[in-house]
Amino acid sequence: MRVTVRLFARLRDIAGAAELTRDVAQGATIRSVWRQLAGEYPELVQYERSISSAVNADYARMDQVLSDGDEVAFLPPVSGG
Amino acid sequence: MVRTIYTEDMPLLAIGPAPLELNALVAALGDRGGADGAVVTFLGLVRNHNAGRQVQHLEYEAFEPLALKAFARIVGELQERWPGARVALHHRIGRLGVGEASIAIAVAAAHRGEAYGACRYVIERVKQIAPIWKREFFEGGDVWIEGATADPEDAQARAEAERVACA
Repeated sequence: MRVTVRLFARLRDIAGAAELTRDVAQGATIRSVWRQLAGEYPELVQYERSISSAVNADYARMDQVLSDGDEVAFLPPVSGG
Repeated sequence: MVRTIYTEDMPLLAIGPAPLELNALVAALGDRGGADGAVVTFLGLVRNHNAGRQVQHLEYEAFEPLALKAFARIVGELQERWPGARVALHHRIGRLGVGEASIAIAVAAAHRGEAYGACRYVIERVKQIAPIWKREFFEGGDVWIEGATADPEDAQARAEAERVACA
């Protein structure tokens, strides 16, 4: 199945793209998508424990199972205000 | 009556590139037929120094649909603690110069204590959970500012925001 990945702030800079599409296995979780990306972009590894995530623009836990066509967003630590 | 000029089409929660207008937020709250005894407002500004660096400007970006949901969530939380309080919250994104406002908050309530507390709660929670990021451009470089891991379910963070708000 295929998912869209959205990256923000420094994560986007590291990957060089704000949006990517990736083919992932049936039953893939947000964490498994993250690990796949971190394999492609080793600089992402440092964010393993500080990122949070969203699916289809709702906050989600890293162990959430994804469906075909989902949009997964990875959020580095935030700094609004 | 200045407070009625802007009420049409002024959303209570917003994020976008337009300069912030505090009077518009206050107007958007309405006057609840005179039942309010206090309005507290907060403007967050781009400061010219940070961590020993001379700041030249900031660039804000957001995951906008989730940021709006985060704002609504914060208002919901706040109304559990301060049931009568009403909130308007606008965050600006894009390039902001020193002295410009990045966030504007207005809270109306029957009494000043709840209005002050609720207003402080909003800014603390925005900094904890809203998917918004600032990139600081300073003399000699630039850096993404990274604060809190955004976890709206983190009860400890929420309690800390409430503690600060009521201090």
